[in-house]
Amino acid sequence: MSDDIKMVDIYVMGKRYTVPETLTIMDGMEYAGYQLKRGCGCRAGFCGACATVYRMAGDYELKVGLACQTKVEDGMYLAQIPFFPGRKATFDLEEIKPSVAHFAQLYPEVYRCLGCSSCTKVCPQDIDVMQYIAYIQRGDFEKAADLSFDCLMCGLCVSRCPANIVHYNAALTARRLYSRYVAKPDAYLAERTRAIEEGKLDAEIDELVRSEVDKLKELYANRDIE
Amino acid sequence: MPYKGKLGELAKKVEASRASRVGVEFPRMTMDERNDVLRNFHPDYNEDGFRELKVGVNKGSRLTNEMADIFESWSLLRDVDFDLTAKPDYDVDVLIIGGGGAGASAALEAHAAGTKVMIATKLRFGDANTMMAQGGIQAADKENDTPAIHYLDVVGGGRFENIPELARALVMDAPLVIKWLEEMGTMFDKKEDGTMITIHGGGTSRKRMHAARDYTGAEIMRTLRDEVLNKGIEVVEFTAAVELILDQHGRAAGAVLQNLETEQYMFARAKTVIIATGGSGRLHYRGFPTSNHYGATADGLVIGYRAGAKAIYADSIQYHPTGGAYPPQLLGLLVTEKTRGLGATPLNINAEQFVYHLETRDVASAAIIRECEERGLGVPLPTGITAVWLDSPIIDLIHGEGTVERQLPAMLRQFQRFGVDIRKEPMLIYPTLHYQNGGLLIDENGLSTVEHLYVAGEAAGGIHGTNRLMGNSLLDIIVFGRRAGRHAAAASQDLSLPEGLNMGHLDVFHQELEATGAADHRVGPMLLPHYTHR
Repeated sequence: MSDDIKMVDIYVMGKRYTVPETLTIMDGMEYAGYQLKRGCGCRAGFCGACATVYRMAGDYELKVGLACQTKVEDGMYLAQIPFFPGRKATFDLEEIKPSVAHFAQLYPEVYRCLGCSSCTKVCPQDIDVMQYIAYIQRGDFEKAADLSFDCLMCGLCVSRCPANIVHYNAALTARRLYSRYVAKPDAYLAERTRAIEEGKLDAEIDELVRSEVDKLKELYANRDIE
Repeated sequence: MPYKGKLGELAKKVEASRASRVGVEFPRMTMDERNDVLRNFHPDYNEDGFRELKVGVNKGSRLTNEMADIFESWSLLRDVDFDLTAKPDYDVDVLIIGGGGAGASAALEAHAAGTKVMIATKLRFGDANTMMAQGGIQAADKENDTPAIHYLDVVGGGRFENIPELARALVMDAPLVIKWLEEMGTMFDKKEDGTMITIHGGGTSRKRMHAARDYTGAEIMRTLRDEVLNKGIEVVEFTAAVELILDQHGRAAGAVLQNLETEQYMFARAKTVIIATGGSGRLHYRGFPTSNHYGATADGLVIGYRAGAKAIYADSIQYHPTGGAYPPQLLGLLVTEKTRGLGATPLNINAEQFVYHLETRDVASAAIIRECEERGLGVPLPTGITAVWLDSPIIDLIHGEGTVERQLPAMLRQFQRFGVDIRKEPMLIYPTLHYQNGGLLIDENGLSTVEHLYVAGEAAGGIHGTNRLMGNSLLDIIVFGRRAGRHAAAASQDLSLPEGLNMGHLDVFHQELEATGAADHRVGPMLLPHYTHR
């Protein structure tokens, strides 16, 4: 590490390590010597494996972030929450409908929301979690699906909920219900899959599969582009 | 403003010329120009990065140094006494190694066929490159498109080196896969009437890229995972396969597993085994950064190869042209190809376009490397590397304000976290290690060259030739995951319990290593990359 990079002190589960300030929390932990098993996944902000709670020295407020998407800061006290034992309701998508009645059987706790907004405050994706829970409560699965879409299922919301709601699993069920029953199916797609299953497109493709490379090269070079 | 000093001035140049660049098409390269830039600037053609493999079924063929290092390594079990006559810890029909999109798809099909299935996965279920695929999934399901047109794009993009039957399976199953996912409740981008919204990707001749915003892979993965859990399929997390087990006839019959947390070894007996362990970007070929998942260390290739499965095009690596280059926290991070699909253009230090924005990934990467290395027209960064601009703000000029926010929410958020607003400021990019084009050779049912051993997803080879097109990987994992799952299940139903479980193939492999001195002190598979004290 070159001399002009500033070093900062971070406290991993209370223990101090001095690391370069340009690093993310995840890189900082590795720099400090941790061989990560849990609490590390895609390292790009998509998988939700690295939910982290932290507090700055001298402050009382707890903050959250994804370890791979948050820079270290001097005086950061942090702990990861790599797993949270949230419940997932199992269901057969073909047996349920996008209705409040069905949803209440799967996730009755959703209707016990206290309206405290802890989930929204804690979301590292800045999703208005409480609002999508409200949409689910009133059976508006389209709005719930849209608003919850960017959820990484990191579980931080669940860790703070006084009503024991498992928001991310409820949201996923809502999105699947919306996509299966509220959004319309693609009409031409159904036609195309039928044609494939009936073998109607076999001849055209088999001719290409049998073609010599030179012939394919010629076809490729001259193909028309939409 | 995230770009300060000299960099800030250069960013202003990009801004100044933006309006005049809207609607101006840069010419595509001819086949000769493509070949020329690939030969001279693509890392696949730089012989320093390769060596000849000394052991195993592909002995004598060319491999990247980094992959050769783990192919030529001792088993982790070399000094471990392991009793395969004991009662197996797990006893199933179909053992699936890897819990990404391919593994989950295989599990659903094998379960639907009525067999007992389990998934053993090294990290969490769903922790995989699938989760990170942003841009989309290809399928010829529009009236102006057919699987044959898709096929031509696939083989042209693949430098005509694809195995025809595999490319055929890929494109013919594609609409079926979209339908399967649609019915499973995957939230694709659609119009009001249900029509899928599709766009171009690099090297496509039709707009056939289906997306779920720019979380396409994540949306597919979380849906598949949810469905696997709904079915009650056994998933064993933080448990890596460290070797395959064969039966008395040399056919796959299970695997030795290691609980990564307790480090305890166990074994699973299975009638058929599916390797779905993904790629190898975390080997960091030639020191490149990678867009890959933490777990992408080629474990399945290593254990499959030791058991005698033949590899194909394992020396062919895809460099994604648009990896994050700056700020440093974004180094190697994937900037989705959808960004180019929406019209963002690569620009050099003079804010001039130097390559058509939708060239295939290999050609675009080589052109960026040429711009920086040969022409010296890259943008020098405070971190000591050079990069080129990707002009993302032009997207809103082309398609209207709000497009970036609506179509690229993940990208917007990721760059915002480190101070760059991609709606207003261009991105800085350089090629990043993205994909293993080859892998273990399969047939159209996903069967490897070892009996009862299937391979699906990025670990498999031959489908994409030596260059995969965008949107064909999410497709491939599901097409071949499903095929492998179905065929492994069908095969299992005709088989009795495997007998004479052994790991004799390791003795043979070790003798070869001994004789050639190829392995030095290396052991494998790698399981986890080592980034401590770097």
